[in-house]
Amino acid sequence: MALQTQGKPTREFRDVTAWDRLKVNKNWLGLWFMLPAAAFLILFLAYPLGLGIWLSFTDARLGRGGEFIGLENYDFLRDDPIFWLSVFNTLLYTSVASIIKFAIGLYLALLLNENLPFKAIIRAIVLIPFIVPTVLSAIAFWWLFDPQFSIISWSLKKMGLITANIDFLGDVWNARWSVIFANIWRGVPFVAITLLAGLQTVSPSLYEAATIDGATSWQRFRFITYPLLTPIIAVVMTFSVLFTFTDFQLIWVMTRGGPVNSTHLMATFSYQRAIMSGYLGEGAAISTAMIPFLLAAILVSWFGLQRRKWQQGGDND
Amino acid sequence: MTDALAGKGTNPSAVLNASAPINDDTEGMSYLHSVPRRLVTLYLPLGVILLVLLFPFYWMALTSIKPDEQLLDLETYSPFWTWSPTLKHISKLLFETQYPVWLWNTMLVAVCATGLSIVASVLAAYAIVRLRYRGAAVVGGLIFLAYLVPPSILFIPLSTVVYQYGLFDTPFALILTYPTILIPFSTWLLMGYFKTIPFELEECALIDGASRWQILVKIVLPLAVPGLISAFIFCFTLCWNEFIYALTFISSTSYKTVPVAIVTALVDGDIYRWGSLMAGAMIGSLPLVILYAFFVEHYVSAMTGAVKE
Repeated sequence: MALQTQGKPTREFRDVTAWDRLKVNKNWLGLWFMLPAAAFLILFLAYPLGLGIWLSFTDARLGRGGEFIGLENYDFLRDDPIFWLSVFNTLLYTSVASIIKFAIGLYLALLLNENLPFKAIIRAIVLIPFIVPTVLSAIAFWWLFDPQFSIISWSLKKMGLITANIDFLGDVWNARWSVIFANIWRGVPFVAITLLAGLQTVSPSLYEAATIDGATSWQRFRFITYPLLTPIIAVVMTFSVLFTFTDFQLIWVMTRGGPVNSTHLMATFSYQRAIMSGYLGEGAAISTAMIPFLLAAILVSWFGLQRRKWQQGGDND
Repeated sequence: MTDALAGKGTNPSAVLNASAPINDDTEGMSYLHSVPRRLVTLYLPLGVILLVLLFPFYWMALTSIKPDEQLLDLETYSPFWTWSPTLKHISKLLFETQYPVWLWNTMLVAVCATGLSIVASVLAAYAIVRLRYRGAAVVGGLIFLAYLVPPSILFIPLSTVVYQYGLFDTPFALILTYPTILIPFSTWLLMGYFKTIPFELEECALIDGASRWQILVKIVLPLAVPGLISAFIFCFTLCWNEFIYALTFISSTSYKTVPVAIVTALVDGDIYRWGSLMAGAMIGSLPLVILYAFFVEHYVSAMTGAVKE
């Protein structure tokens, strides 16, 4: 063996087989590398997504398959006032909470971008509401909004601003504002910290140059910060709107959709119809009705990303 | 900075002389701010926002160590502090309920689902970024879209799927469905990290005869450790936070995770439940907060990285 191969590289003795070629073929390798992720996403995401749309055209119940009934579920929902109430609630919840989250988040990001002592610690503290599981902080809010023992009512009474306890979660509009407040409380850290990351990429020399030119602080914000931040704002707000729109946990823990369905979002309403009452088909129709809104949000996000790349002069890699 | 600007001025010597006294310890434009002004425009609003953000946690912690009679009597005792803390609620929670079991379930599901997702995401992200097989860009886009599909429109069909696969009311229902939330996110994050690793390193290894698998394990992964930690921590937090799948797919109390169990099993008609509820919420958040305290930077980079990439 040693004598035979003397002076010659071993490789010449073996032809390159189809198997060798396949082993370095990037499409073949790519297939195997993608397999685990693809299996999960197809079995538990793409298939259920399609199945959900199919279920919305059937009269499936919990525990038994359904027959195709066409648009009957949608016809039923069209005449269901509670469905339209949940659509209204969802739009109100999403728009009010998102706008306020954006305003406070941007303000907080600008504050954190200043030179502060203990900057790292303050930034870490700000993010804590986002770390703690939503359900657990929602329970804390439930206690804070207790009709009898609410510390908020107590403090306001001591200050002489109100005379009787506020019924935070028992009154239609109070309940709406209370859950919106809890949502804002939880969402502000995310918006603030991601916008802060965007702010930190803005070069300080731009501000210095503008200050020398006599720009006021509003002008510095309006003509430097805001245009440079627009792309990241678009992306952050898309995520924020998306997650607010499909929110379930906060509402479910604090009000279960009550009082008199006034805080039902489309997600909680679909849970109630599909899982609690067992009308899977109807619940699936409510979920499917959320998809057009989500597509709109995704399109905005997509154009936000594109614009950012274009603005930074990078290629669409 | 002042020096650099001054150097370009029309009258360098005059500007340099003028700027000499103030170029000591001031940074950037901070010399423009006075202390009283900063107090009103910066520290005051920041303080108010921090107070509002942290108050629910203070209240949670205080409630969990207050004796019952102080919880419900706001007049005789000051509600904002207690001089007689008690561990009664916490011990009741740990020894009289199934709380330790729920904690263990949550931990088990979170670790398994995160582990599975990271392995799948590493492979997928490497293939998309570096193998660049035909259609890799399209697959990358599809994964981003998968990130945008929320659990609250999937749980109804998924419940029938989970039932069909015979996973209903087992921990596997959660271990196998959570990756659908985690994989898109961590793949997207890791793609960003892998792109920053110089391609030349891999070319060298390829010339030396390394296989793709060896390159991934011996070159790319050691260099991507910060990215892996970020992805791991963020996925773990998402698992811990997940609610709707756990609520829908698990019905026996002994398989429930902490968030679901607190809402469904711990809430009863008892008027004195608040102490143990708050203790449960606090202990349920502690593992995440501790983890977060050690890896703040990784956490922030995971959150901002996913948005910026």
